[in-house]
Amino acid sequence: MKSGFLAKNPSVLWFLLLLAVFTLGVTFLSHAYGPGAISTSMVKTLGKTLCLCLIAIAMDLVWGYTGILSLGHFAFFGLGGYMIGMWLMYERTRDIVLKSAGEFPMTPQEVNDAIGTQIFGVVGGSDLPAIWTFAGNLPMQLLFVVLVPGLLALIFGWLAFRSRVTGVYLSILTQAMTLALSLYLFQNESGLRGNNGLSGLQNIPGVSAGQDHLSIWFLWASALALGLGYIAASLIVSGKFGSVIRGIRDDEARVRFLGYSVEGYKLFVFTLTAVIAAIAGALYYPQAGIINPGEMAPIASIYLAVWVAIGGRGRLYGAVMGAAFVFIVSSWFTGGRVPDLPLGFYTIDWVDWWQVLLGLAFVLVTLFAPKGLSGLIDLFEGIRRPNRHGAPLGPDKGSFREEEAQE
Amino acid sequence: MRKFLIALGIVLALALPGLAQDAGDAPQAEATQSEATGLRAVLQDYAKQIAKPSRRTIGPVIEAVAGSGEGASRFLQAWSDKRVGLRESDGAFFIVKKSGSEYELSDPVTGKPAGTAPKSDIKEVKPNSGVRAEIGVALVRFLLSDPDPKKRREALTAIDRNGEASHLEPLRASIPDEPDPAIKAQKQRLERLLTIRFGKGAAERVAAIDSFGADLGLDFRATLNPLVATTRKLFEGAPEGNVAETLKPGRDIPEDEAYAMLVSANMAPARISASEMQQALAAHVENGQVGGLPLAAMADPVKREEAYATLAAAGEVPTRLTDAEAEKLVADHQFADIYAEPDPEVTTAAEAALTRVSRTVAGMQTVDLGLDALSLASIYFLAAIGLAITFGVMGVINMAHGEFITMGAYTGYVVQLFVPDYTLSILIALPLAFAITFGAGVAMERLVIRYLYKRPLETLLATFGISIALQQLFKNIFGTQARPLTSPPWLEGAWTLNDVVSISYIRIAIFVLALVFLALYLWVMRKTRLGLEVRAVTQNPSMAASMGINPDRINMLAFGFGSGIAGIAGVAIGLFAKVTSEMGQDYIVQSFMTVVVGGVGSIFGTLAGATLIGVLQKGIEWLNPSNTLAAQTYMILFIIIFIQFRPRGIIALKGRAAGD
Repeated sequence: MKSGFLAKNPSVLWFLLLLAVFTLGVTFLSHAYGPGAISTSMVKTLGKTLCLCLIAIAMDLVWGYTGILSLGHFAFFGLGGYMIGMWLMYERTRDIVLKSAGEFPMTPQEVNDAIGTQIFGVVGGSDLPAIWTFAGNLPMQLLFVVLVPGLLALIFGWLAFRSRVTGVYLSILTQAMTLALSLYLFQNESGLRGNNGLSGLQNIPGVSAGQDHLSIWFLWASALALGLGYIAASLIVSGKFGSVIRGIRDDEARVRFLGYSVEGYKLFVFTLTAVIAAIAGALYYPQAGIINPGEMAPIASIYLAVWVAIGGRGRLYGAVMGAAFVFIVSSWFTGGRVPDLPLGFYTIDWVDWWQVLLGLAFVLVTLFAPKGLSGLIDLFEGIRRPNRHGAPLGPDKGSFREEEAQE
Repeated sequence: MRKFLIALGIVLALALPGLAQDAGDAPQAEATQSEATGLRAVLQDYAKQIAKPSRRTIGPVIEAVAGSGEGASRFLQAWSDKRVGLRESDGAFFIVKKSGSEYELSDPVTGKPAGTAPKSDIKEVKPNSGVRAEIGVALVRFLLSDPDPKKRREALTAIDRNGEASHLEPLRASIPDEPDPAIKAQKQRLERLLTIRFGKGAAERVAAIDSFGADLGLDFRATLNPLVATTRKLFEGAPEGNVAETLKPGRDIPEDEAYAMLVSANMAPARISASEMQQALAAHVENGQVGGLPLAAMADPVKREEAYATLAAAGEVPTRLTDAEAEKLVADHQFADIYAEPDPEVTTAAEAALTRVSRTVAGMQTVDLGLDALSLASIYFLAAIGLAITFGVMGVINMAHGEFITMGAYTGYVVQLFVPDYTLSILIALPLAFAITFGAGVAMERLVIRYLYKRPLETLLATFGISIALQQLFKNIFGTQARPLTSPPWLEGAWTLNDVVSISYIRIAIFVLALVFLALYLWVMRKTRLGLEVRAVTQNPSMAASMGINPDRINMLAFGFGSGIAGIAGVAIGLFAKVTSEMGQDYIVQSFMTVVVGGVGSIFGTLAGATLIGVLQKGIEWLNPSNTLAAQTYMILFIIIFIQFRPRGIIALKGRAAGD
């Protein structure tokens, strides 16, 4: 009677198929492996989009399935980027230093000092802070990509869930955490170059291939991470574990009375999604080339929530659709490639008005289409929800069952 | 013939003014002779000494001039400025001014112009510097007892700025006869300050220092600081002079610095730094070898030293002092901070006085910090009080609250564009901002929020959508640069208590405004029908509805009221902060923090939260003054931890009012 994982989650197969087709399509249209119909900068944008889809899956897990509206996941995303960025910048600077040093060999101390001066000259320093101790060590920094955001999420989540901070309070608290982190990183004393951030991350030390090839390789890596992330997320939400976290979302108290450790479940999901976000960030910033604390401002995390909401929360493919759709449309509009709309008395320049449009669209989606874009798929498959004339299914304010119920 | 006539005419024309002048001068010169009293008499009597002054004999002359009444100060001033001239034809003194080939004369007694004189007729009186100093002292006394109080004040200011030992005596002499009590007090204070610097014995100076107690005046500290200024010196034997502190190398003074002092005193050879050594080594690479070692080995600092030692032994590079040798050189000498002031009694008293002063200053700074914290708290309170209604009472989380604050500030800016009078424009802007944001709030509640009362997380997102749309809208309308919102002139300036404690009037006004709004909130919520209905609806909407209250209407009004207060807060905040489309963003997180920390649903909780956050932020800024960003970081961390211990805030509602 037990049906297989794929049978229960038909979306996984479809998703992987689409992702593979997309990745191959981009590869064979790129400069590196094909005629060059897709420019390298476009490949990078698409690669970044895949990373954002991954963090959107994380957001959907924590918000759409567990009901924790975290406004802090971009902090973990940024932290992941910083961790990998430290290695990229350190190694690249070391290459430059060694190249410019001449034939007289340098002592390790001199090399370190020269790197410190190169990296921290902009903020008026010359010493490598202690947090850069392992910057020259790729395995350690890769470990930090997972460990640092994971630990931060673990400690923060433990503190927050333990004292039963829920709902909007938790949202504000996570937002405060993001704000605190970005303000901290904005200082020059933080040891991560203040508001200059880390730059030149698009060059991978020890790799001589050009950006054409690098961008495709990063696209592959991002697609792989997204595919694995999607499978992992589907595994989590499909089993008994998934039922429990949805129960927590709909009525936390009842789940607690049934004997489940609500805090433990929440903490697990929160930390796991933080790690997924960090991995997405570590793949995103080498493609973006630069990271600075502005990327971690609270507004970024709210945009993340916007993507997931527009895509449709509570379904993994919804999150992916939302992130991809909003990010691509957004970069299209803000890129200045959309023709102006003359109204006779006023000309709408979309670079200026796009955000107004986005904000209003967001309000409308929240009000009239809680299922978001993924509701279109329901429409296509003929799934309708029962008409209950507004009577709710669940008692809790965070309840979402009405939207999920099927006839 | 004609040429001759023209020449004659020219000669006559040139000569005539001279003749006329001579004719005009003669009677005045006679008058000078005839009524020889006061200054004129003195000038006649001491003509010789004045014309050829010598420092030893000038004392009585200056005395006599100074006591001669009208014109004395003018003459002394001119004398010391070398502007006095002696007309050789009749031996009279004039105040002279060079103009071309002639001198313009003016009478020393009356100051009136007295014609001109050719260069050859005037002999300038040039007193030497010793004499000029004597004159200066007399002049100071003069100015200090000038009948015009303005002149006396000017003299005091001049002495205050540029005091000299010679000023002390005339200053003391002028105190008893000073009629104006304010100037007298000023003179006495200045006299004590001068005594500290130039007093005769140590006892007198120490007494003067002690007489100030813990005075906060900047002039007192400015007088003391040069006394305790030190210079760092090195000695081969025991330190000499008024020693402030003997320094132990490595503990009080870094060894490098100590060694650098030795080098600059030519008592030790300069050390060869690591980079100099590296350069020297690089210059002596031969066949891939340096000092007998392979080039590749140079990555090891120990090997580098070896190679350098080899090179030095061969005489190719200067010898490098080893660390031990350098240490011994340093250890053989004594280092000390020496006071510039030679008298130890005075420096001890000055140090003690400075300690007293700095203790008082610290106390005053605490008061100042308290005032700062209070004003910051009132700003946060003002920004959060609207949220205390929409979020605290109604439970609606409004992310666009910050944009309502911005909207209020821009309303103030637009009003100022039309009403140039700043006082009037503020008076118009305050109610107008309330009206506009009230309208915006009501519209938002009607169009969006009322559909989402059961879905608080989605309210958060929908209002966030409104927030980004509004922000961009402001940017499109008003541009990205900051717009000015000028405060009325009577709010400019600051209330200054002393040199340390001061608070600007704007901050006082904001404090008052915060109190007014606290009172208004309490009155509306506790004494009016609207408040009663709001409380009823928030506690139990269906029960309230069955009692005949229209919950829709109440929610709308309450939301509008909260938004309206945000608009007024925007005008107040705009008066001292930049009005940009993003200004609301700066306050939104802090405002939510304020409400959450204080305790949702309680206005006194919000007050306590604002106070806590204000005091905390200022306190952290004081601990780490260079870095306000760090202050905010630590404050937020503190709040996150605080929530752990009091998840419901400082003042937690209990029972039914808590709503669960």
